[in-house]
Amino acid sequence: MAFEYAPAPESRSIVDIQPAYGLFINGEFVDSVDGQSFKTINPASEEVLADIVDAGPTDVDRAVAAARHAYERVWGRMPGAQRAKYLYRIARIIAERSRELAVLESIDNGKPIRESRDVDIPLVSAHFFYYAGWADKLDHAGFGPHPKPIGVAGQVIPWNFPLLMLAWKIAPALACGNTVVLKPAETTPLTALAFAEICQQADLPPGVVNIITGAGDTGRDLVNHRDVDKVAFTGSTEVGRAIAKSVAGTDKRVTLELGGKAANIIFDDAPIDQAVEGIVNGIFFNQGHVCCAGSRLLVQESIQDEVLTSLKRRMARLRVGDPLDKNTDIGAINSAAQLARIRELSEIGSAEGADAWSPPCDLPQRGFWFAPTIFTGVSQAHRIAREEIFGPVLSILTFRTPAEAVEKANNTPYGLSAGVWTEKGSRILAIADKLRAGVVWANTFNKFDPTSPFGGYKESGYGREGGRQGLEAYLAH
Amino acid sequence: MPTKKATKAPAKKAASPTRTTSAKRAATEVDLPSVKEPVITEEPAAPSGRLGIRKTYKLFIGGAFPRSESGRSYVVTDASGGFLANAALASRKDVRDAVLAARAAVSKWAGATAYNRGQILYRIAEMLEGRRDQFIAEVRAAEGVPAETAAASVDAAIDRWVWYAGWTDKIAQVYGNANPVAGPFFNLSSPEPTGVVGIVAPPDSSLLGLVSVIAPAILSGNTVVVLASDKRPLPAITLTEVLATSDLPGGVVNILTGYVEETAPHLAAHMDVNAIDLTGVTDPELATNLEIAAAENLKRVIRPSATDWTADPGTDRITRLLETKTVWHPKGV
Repeated sequence: MAFEYAPAPESRSIVDIQPAYGLFINGEFVDSVDGQSFKTINPASEEVLADIVDAGPTDVDRAVAAARHAYERVWGRMPGAQRAKYLYRIARIIAERSRELAVLESIDNGKPIRESRDVDIPLVSAHFFYYAGWADKLDHAGFGPHPKPIGVAGQVIPWNFPLLMLAWKIAPALACGNTVVLKPAETTPLTALAFAEICQQADLPPGVVNIITGAGDTGRDLVNHRDVDKVAFTGSTEVGRAIAKSVAGTDKRVTLELGGKAANIIFDDAPIDQAVEGIVNGIFFNQGHVCCAGSRLLVQESIQDEVLTSLKRRMARLRVGDPLDKNTDIGAINSAAQLARIRELSEIGSAEGADAWSPPCDLPQRGFWFAPTIFTGVSQAHRIAREEIFGPVLSILTFRTPAEAVEKANNTPYGLSAGVWTEKGSRILAIADKLRAGVVWANTFNKFDPTSPFGGYKESGYGREGGRQGLEAYLAH
Repeated sequence: MPTKKATKAPAKKAASPTRTTSAKRAATEVDLPSVKEPVITEEPAAPSGRLGIRKTYKLFIGGAFPRSESGRSYVVTDASGGFLANAALASRKDVRDAVLAARAAVSKWAGATAYNRGQILYRIAEMLEGRRDQFIAEVRAAEGVPAETAAASVDAAIDRWVWYAGWTDKIAQVYGNANPVAGPFFNLSSPEPTGVVGIVAPPDSSLLGLVSVIAPAILSGNTVVVLASDKRPLPAITLTEVLATSDLPGGVVNILTGYVEETAPHLAAHMDVNAIDLTGVTDPELATNLEIAAAENLKRVIRPSATDWTADPGTDRITRLLETKTVWHPKGV
């Protein structure tokens, strides 16, 4: 029997969303000079949350100039131990304000509070804490005797883990002595603006962190700005490719963390219940808005029926709805545009002959919602097996031999992550060796840690974020 | 049967005496004034009744020595403009063939033990040492430098193979690491080769510069397609004879001679190449266009740079052609 759950909403009174926000340049919130404005909404209700600046070229100029000034005069020459203290402060303030940030993230992004509270925000604080400790130990990091910062970093981040992606970008940049201009995603600017306030609370010197909001044009102006020394981007492979072209012939250093189409491989000796939890976590975590999502399930043919039955039973228990409800498993799709993309690819999946299945679930009337969906009868040629859907949609394929599993897993231009499920240790190691992916989760999935490098092979981009390796992108060589 | 060819061809070439020491040449070669000799001949050969055997400089693809499929060649001269050889003028199709050979070689080479790769790289140094004089003569002819300079350059090239040979089973230890994640997980980051690497070799340093870009790329298990210096390609082709007799599997190193501006765009745009090293590109506009072409499949790019090949090479050229793979596994009983 199914248990009924009473609503258990997290209070949103803990957040104080202002009607309008400026840009955070040189340590203070300022009005835009040549920008427009747009509204950020709650994707679960379509309620307007705030007016946000769509920064123009002059705004970008001012932010980069502030970052340059802070780099030359303050941050670039500050002893590492001193930088470390600022970063530790930031880590602590984030922990102190963690519930507020979690609620704000769920409101602006649509992700379940259970995830923003237990995954995103703790990892944000941990990331700053981890890189704080590197700031005065760079001589020992393995990148030469006295590694130097690069200068001003222009950073553009996506909407799926807004504050976490900010942390992945800003923490290592600052630890290494760089200053930053960061543009959060158009649909999720609020936690980045809250972070600006945290920089003020930490007395971070003005100009070390600058936050400019806006859409694609603002990001392009930032990446192409001639006084930016380092570009860091997380987002789609299409935009990443454009960035790689736009920096050609310059001295700019670039790291790109792009799309993925990860294979999650289930061998016939895998513990089925655990594997099913891993499949669900792999594709339905954060509504599938995860570049490393396990969006292609490769299940060994002999256990296909068993896995499918178990997976469907588990999916029928997933609770889709109010992101602020503590019992919610799957929240809102981040935007109308993303919902349209998911619908389009799902319709193509059906049109190409794959069979869609979703558990019965009541979706709210307002907001952007998509029921968790699996496709069976998928071939490698199907678009739903090749293209990143970035939603709660799983394509299921089968294999017979380990060699076939590896062949199919690697049959993609992407190479960000992969999963392997088997009780046989030697098989895990052999398969992990052969998978062309930057992160391999064996008998687990979608685990993240500040000490663990993350990043892709092939068209999933280049460079690593996290861990010792994550410093390299922000040190001159 | 590339391996068969690979072992046969150099044996034939090794027997050629045309690049041996002048003393030996004086005793064995005939002086024919009507044939314009390369400057490699340091003094006129004494009349001894024998006409020297010249070498045909061909491409090196998949361990074999084919001519360009286009049937074309171009004149290679010494530093003062004298005729040295007709080198193969590689075409777009040759670039594709070389990429195919390089791709086919990846799994075996990357799958070999690091120890084995180290032994093979060291053997390359051994083979090169044995042909030291030949290379000094070729480098002299190509670069127009004094004998001592050429000798220093060849010695450095030999020593560079030794330096990089030792890195094969150490780079993962210094560049990879265990990660102490906050949870019950085993978590290990290890570097892996990125795959097929396209290289535009340095235009000036015909042997040392060439070795300095090839060795760090292949030591980790990458395979390479190298566009040799178009003006000074001959030491590169002679190097392939060394590679072919060092147990290096066919296809790990492929070398094309010809015009870089003709072949490099095809290499940079090839969708089955994982990284491109533009070190040897001197025209900034060409370099920009190659980087743009490389972005189509997000190739890793090493931009052109003026490099002092005699300086300590460090590990930068190794690590920029590596991918870090991180594997997680839960701990439990």
